Amino acid sequence: MSQKNPDKPISRRDFINTGVRIVGSVCLGGLGAAAIVKGGKREMVWQIDPHVCVQCGNCATTCVLNQSAVKCVHAHEICGYCKLCGGYFPPDAESLNTGAENQLCPTGAINRTFVEDPYFEYSIDEALCIGCGKCVKGCSAFGNGSLFLQIRHDICVNCNECAISRSCPSGAITRQPSEQPYLIKGQERPA
Amino acid sequence: MRVGLHRIVSLILGIPLAMNQLMAQDRFPRPDFESEYSKPPINTPPPQSTFYEYLDVLILFLALSLASYLVLKKRSRNQIFLLSLFSLAYFGFWREGCICPIGSIQNTTLALFDAGYFIPLSAIAFFILPLIFALFFGRTFCAAVCPMGAAQELVLIKPHKVHPKVAAVLGLLPYAFLGAGVLFAATGAGFIICRLDPFVAFFRFGGEFKMILFGLLFLLVGLFYGRPYCRFLCPYGVLLGWASKFSKWHHSITPDQCTQCKLCEESCPFDAIDKPEPILSADEQKQAGSRLGKLIISTLVLAIVGGGIGYLVSMPMSKMHPTILLAERVMAEKNGLVEGTTLASRTFHESGKLTSDLLTEAQDLRAKFRTGTVLLFIFMGLVIGLKGIGVFFKRTNLDYESNRTDCFSCGRCFPYCPDEHERQKVLDQQKDLYESIG
Ligand code: SF4
Ligand code: SF4
Ligand code: SF4
Ligand code: SF4
Repeated sequence: MSQKNPDKPISRRDFINTGVRIVGSVCLGGLGAAAIVKGGKREMVWQIDPHVCVQCGNCATTCVLNQSAVKCVHAHEICGYCKLCGGYFPPDAESLNTGAENQLCPTGAINRTFVEDPYFEYSIDEALCIGCGKCVKGCSAFGNGSLFLQIRHDICVNCNECAISRSCPSGAITRQPSEQPYLIKGQERPA
Repeated sequence: MRVGLHRIVSLILGIPLAMNQLMAQDRFPRPDFESEYSKPPINTPPPQSTFYEYLDVLILFLALSLASYLVLKKRSRNQIFLLSLFSLAYFGFWREGCICPIGSIQNTTLALFDAGYFIPLSAIAFFILPLIFALFFGRTFCAAVCPMGAAQELVLIKPHKVHPKVAAVLGLLPYAFLGAGVLFAATGAGFIICRLDPFVAFFRFGGEFKMILFGLLFLLVGLFYGRPYCRFLCPYGVLLGWASKFSKWHHSITPDQCTQCKLCEESCPFDAIDKPEPILSADEQKQAGSRLGKLIISTLVLAIVGGGIGYLVSMPMSKMHPTILLAERVMAEKNGLVEGTTLASRTFHESGKLTSDLLTEAQDLRAKFRTGTVLLFIFMGLVIGLKGIGVFFKRTNLDYESNRTDCFSCGRCFPYCPDEHERQKVLDQQKDLYESIG
């Protein structure tokens, strides 16, 4: 701003500064351009590969959001509509009814409704689900594996580095193209 | 489960898929319903729109422009402070501290090194814009736009001096953090700058317990020592300092002639005001000349020593990468060096991936880490050496001036200068005059 010492050494300094400024601006522009050119071309969001997930339970607790962005999703397409659902009932369930003591889900987030004999529909109440994966584990172990965990993109803030991906022991959480933000079981896309 | 990988592995090995893998998908037949029942569709809400990201860039640009205007033209500490409150509210609490220029260092690095990583334009803009502004106007980003800086401004109630020697040592941390942040992002070991962000837990009203503690520590220290994160950790501040050093315009304590009244001397809580240094006599200049030679040599020695240390510590450092850690764990289990398994190693074994693949991957990563760590420590050696040169060869200023590298342009020193009082009064009178005229 101020021209306090308008003698020669200052103008030499000015000259250097101008040079550095120009070089600096060009470098920054170049860096930005290089990042665009060298980086990937498609926008990415975080998602769980349900075939890799081992339902460790980290998803419920390590998301940066107070209420985890991970929820259980049900692919009814591959569900067996079992009367005895491994995702709904714990292995030692006393009786097969909707009593809270008979439910595997800690929050009672799974709705069990009768369809026709002997089939029952199971649907997830996402507002209640905490993404603990208990039902997923049960369903994968005893059923068709139609329950699985997904990052819900209406909740997820798409962190720079997904906090769950860092703690996931199986490396199931990776960046996926944002135009196909879900990895739905039974709808695997060609590799 | 894990169909993709298993198929590949079994194709290669010519063995059928493990029985239970097949069963997992289809233990029970899918029912044929007799009633009208139709299966509910899967609800897949799309990712949040990128509209906000562009709005963020626009607001960043406007805030930077306004901050530069307030620092350089308006010279109003109060208005700078008000703008910083806005930034704290918007970039901090509303946008929850993400994305910020500090973290964008890593996005930019990762995009350069990982061809699979897409960097949003907004992340590039966040990385570049504050630096461009710093090249022209000084660190006006720090003055009033950075939410982290604003949070620390807010809590600073009773500033104390940090002993210059302590400050010099702690002042090396940002360089190390910058280097480590770049190294970790480049090798894919993670975003440590985000992981060690002390304020994000506050911006989000929740987070890991240790992060809240870490943040509290900074806020507590920040009550008595100005901007501890900015001065002793912020990696982006290093880049801003470099840019600001060569800025075209810069915050000045007074736009008038400094009368050396010393009134501003103690006004900066960040020790960013340089006192006038007497111009060296011819004798002293000669002495300095011979000292410079020695300093340059010791800088080079420091860089070489740094490279050596880097080589030595690169292997322990590389254990921070999850893949390398897993590979070592798996090998240790195999060789009976450790008891039991970890969740990660169990998962690895269950996945059916080949140990040899894991080891090759880890070996590649180790090589990258070695190069990176050596470069990082050479960089640190150079930084220490050049800092040393800087101590002996301060730019000789005749007046009290804000240090272009360290000054956050916060404007605290403005009202300390008696000239400023005069000037503001003159301005007020002018304003009154204009107003009375009509
Ligand atoms: S952290 Fe990984 S393995 Fe654990 S439940 Fe989540 S996705 Fe599955
Ligand atoms: S068991 Fe866990 S993952 Fe499954 S619905 Fe309940 S809360 Fe969600
Ligand atoms: S990206 Fe962030 S918000 Fe989304 S699931 Fe991961 S940690 Fe949670
Ligand atoms: S030094 Fe870093 S944290 Fe502090 S105001 Fe500047 S950019 Fe923000």
